[in-house]
Amino acid sequence: MSIVEFRKVTKTFGNVVVLDEVDLSVEDAEVVVLIGPSGSGKSTLLRCINALEEINGGDLVVDGISVREGRARVRLIRQEAGMVFQQFNLFPQMTALDNVAFGPRHVRGTSRAEALEQARELLGKVGLADRGHHYPAELSGGQQQRVAIARALAVKPKLMLFDEPTSALDPELRQEVLRVMRSLAEEGMTMIVVTHEMAFARQVGTRLIFMENGKISVDGDPAALLANPENPRLREFLQHVH
Amino acid sequence: MEFEWSVIVGALPALLGGARLTVLIALAGLIGGLIVGLVTGLMRAYGNRLLNGIAFAYVEIIRGTPIVVQVMFIYFALPVMADIRVNPMTAAVTAIVINAGAYIAEIVRGSFLSVHKGLREAGLALGLPMWKVLVYIIGPVAFRRMIPPLGNQFIVSLKDTSLFIVIGVGELTRQGQEIMAANFRAVEIWTAVAVLYLIMTGTLTFLLRLTEKRMRIL
Repeated sequence: MSIVEFRKVTKTFGNVVVLDEVDLSVEDAEVVVLIGPSGSGKSTLLRCINALEEINGGDLVVDGISVREGRARVRLIRQEAGMVFQQFNLFPQMTALDNVAFGPRHVRGTSRAEALEQARELLGKVGLADRGHHYPAELSGGQQQRVAIARALAVKPKLMLFDEPTSALDPELRQEVLRVMRSLAEEGMTMIVVTHEMAFARQVGTRLIFMENGKISVDGDPAALLANPENPRLREFLQHVH
Repeated sequence: MEFEWSVIVGALPALLGGARLTVLIALAGLIGGLIVGLVTGLMRAYGNRLLNGIAFAYVEIIRGTPIVVQVMFIYFALPVMADIRVNPMTAAVTAIVINAGAYIAEIVRGSFLSVHKGLREAGLALGLPMWKVLVYIIGPVAFRRMIPPLGNQFIVSLKDTSLFIVIGVGELTRQGQEIMAANFRAVEIWTAVAVLYLIMTGTLTFLLRLTEKRMRIL
């Protein structure tokens, strides 16, 4: 069974249709890269998966649970679908270490000592072993985003959602975040990534989806699509991105 | 005219007794007002239509009427209307709790809603229930932002206790009034009363500064 399955999902904001009967299945260990012009619905599609946005029509099943099953069940989905935000959204009153240890302690009921030990390990994994006692305000954007990735991973999700994770970063800081994401993909993590990083899509992505006006208009192999975009709108879009 | 220090020395025991009562009413009022304000402020910010409506009505009624009218209502009108008899002290504390609560509710609402919504989403995305997001993530950030306006409200409420002179609570202003009526030393007595208020509000300001220094505003 697919880990994420959209069945004719519709999402509207007032009169605006943001997702228009979207069908999409994502399998284990896929790295799906979502691209498209702003307003095409790619961020909304991502945010529907962990129910930060409520869908208006159709059904959306994540890890066997429908987003329509109610609040308690939605929390189970969120525990299995870690999210990384464009603006990092680290908890400012906590150190990097406490940010990462927070989820396991309060969601999984892990003991403080164990959660901190695991947090240290995860910070090491994202290359920030020596930054554990710093507050978010004392870290660079790239460092904050890596802490945010560690925070999401700490809850041991089956799936990771990335909402433009490098868009708020300077070019030289993007690479350190993309490196972490790449190694995560190499470990077999299922990932859905909204991004404008075409090099990442080509090298790490297993699947590229191009969205337009709330619909998926192209879905295929990233390398092939980027080398030879037959869809004229995709071709035009790629010219603007490069 | 001569400033007679001896008048102040003679009046001091009674004035200090009044100040003690002022502190007591203010303290009870601030603790109670903080609890009432926290609950109604959160009802305003995150409640459904019904809870929000109740809290809104409370805030509007209290903010829209003078505190003197409120305490008169509790002390004189409530016994007639509902056969509830209260002593002046109870009426005073109730009035200050209800009054401060309404203003603090707006402080709480504003502070919580001023916290970047990304933090709420980050908490929810981890799989936390909303109450944990409020208690552990938004609350601590909002609390730091509440300190300056809360300080303002604390000082206003402390001084508002002087209005309870109208129902005969023997707080500081009332004590001053009574001594003045006996010896007509207006300059000495009102100077002493003013200085005592300044000492109390100054202590409050100092305590708030200390709290603010220990917690960085985020």
